[in-house]
Amino acid sequence: MNDLYDDALVALAKAKDGAGRLDAPDGTASVDNPLCGDRVTIDVTLDGARVDGFAQKARGCILTQAAAGMIARHAHGLDAGDIEALRARVRDFLSSAGDGADWPEMALFEPVRTVRSRHDCVLIAFDALLEATRKARDERA
Amino acid sequence: MKAIRAEFPIFDAQGSPFHYLDNAATSQLCAPAAHALHAFETTARANVKRGVHKLADAATVAFDDARATMAAFVGAASPEEVIFTSGTTMSINMAARCLTPRLREGDEILLSELEHHSDIVPWQMAAQARGARVRAIPVTSDGRLDLEALPDLVGPRTRIVAVTHLSNVSGAVSDLSVIRAAAPEAIMLVDGAQRAAHGPIDVRAIGCDLYALSSHKMFGPTGAGMLWGRMDLLESLPPFLGGGEMIREVRIDGTRYADPPHRFEAGTPPIGAVLGMAAAARWLQSRDRRVLHDHEMRLTGRILDGLATLPGIRLVGPQGLQGRAGIVAFEVEDVHAHDVCQMLDGNGVALRGGHHCAQPLMRALGLVATARASLAPYNDDDDIDALIEGVGKVIERLR
Repeated sequence: MNDLYDDALVALAKAKDGAGRLDAPDGTASVDNPLCGDRVTIDVTLDGARVDGFAQKARGCILTQAAAGMIARHAHGLDAGDIEALRARVRDFLSSAGDGADWPEMALFEPVRTVRSRHDCVLIAFDALLEATRKARDERA
Repeated sequence: MKAIRAEFPIFDAQGSPFHYLDNAATSQLCAPAAHALHAFETTARANVKRGVHKLADAATVAFDDARATMAAFVGAASPEEVIFTSGTTMSINMAARCLTPRLREGDEILLSELEHHSDIVPWQMAAQARGARVRAIPVTSDGRLDLEALPDLVGPRTRIVAVTHLSNVSGAVSDLSVIRAAAPEAIMLVDGAQRAAHGPIDVRAIGCDLYALSSHKMFGPTGAGMLWGRMDLLESLPPFLGGGEMIREVRIDGTRYADPPHRFEAGTPPIGAVLGMAAAARWLQSRDRRVLHDHEMRLTGRILDGLATLPGIRLVGPQGLQGRAGIVAFEVEDVHAHDVCQMLDGNGVALRGGHHCAQPLMRALGLVATARASLAPYNDDDDIDALIEGVGKVIERLR
């Protein structure tokens, strides 16, 4: 019915990697998608400036859940600067420029390029990760 | 209804499959409205109420005729009670802004949980400016106004009541007579954005004071709408925006304002869009509204029956046909509304998914987002078949 819903993408969303909440996060952020009211909440703990512990709660569509699950697999060891750069690369990837994050799951999001109104569904999980990591970093400073 | 479909150029342009069921967001443009808009902009374009040359005079006459048409469309006492705006949002903002000076600290504005954000946020802004309080009629579990709560919500400080005529989510038609009777002293605004395409409007029978609607939801162009107001109320209100057209005399030390409706129409209006809106209104009025209603209800019944055969569907709105229009919101268990809509788009079915600019209603019903099918006279059985078949496939694939 629609190229967007590749089996592997649906499986990534349903795997719910990192789903849950951390008991004592260093930083937490919730980001809403104003289009639909979806919300991604991400908790992180830091080791130095880098993400050590991670949990995500994605109340959203397949794309939002898949993006949050993909991030869960790769967030460990990233600092705020890495995440900001990643977010920009994923945004460019969705706008048909560049390869996005250097993660194997990234290719699953390629069909989203053609649906502008769904780009934010992917990006809000990155926004939440960036905000949570910055908060954690600033809290420690 | 095939003849009606032929009067909408979009269907030829889009080809097949094209099952447009997003009419509550924006309806399609009927040919007479398209013609009026195009003819004005390409063969008769001039400003109104300004020049004396032939073209300007013809534009002014056409614009005045459009006002008379829209007055008849809503049952107004006179064309001067019709203010042209850019749409319902602008109309309600205009009403809220013009009524703000009347509010005192502790006054109350009564809305409902069914309202579109456009009929909530402007009133919150008005209340905030004056220390007034916003209250809301709750909804029942089937998306209707819970009118039993009215006696506890209406009091001596209720200055303004602003409610929808027809919910853009649940499809429920509001019983405006009960609300009017419960708050006879309050200024009552009715948001008619959805109603305009689904049934006749008679502002005097409703007994309201202000009524707002949009052209693009009633088969006219985008960018136009209207605010009807009872003349004695309009005469008592200050202007909304300042500029040309809304004045009687301007001096450096002050301005005397024009009478309604011009007092509220600063600047060059969206002339072509207004002429298109009036053409759409005439198109609707030339139809047998009972036939249109029966067609809409038959298709609505087919949607309700079809969805009832599928597993994991929760209807958001009245379960039957009583007191509702052809707007059907639904949730597919464990599948996000945008995924439902995106997959159906692959079958040529256009739906709306999301909170429908009605987050208080979503919250009241324990929802985040729903899918929504909304009907227009050009919809047919093929559209409903495609919808039900598509939702069935979504359930198989994603649930």
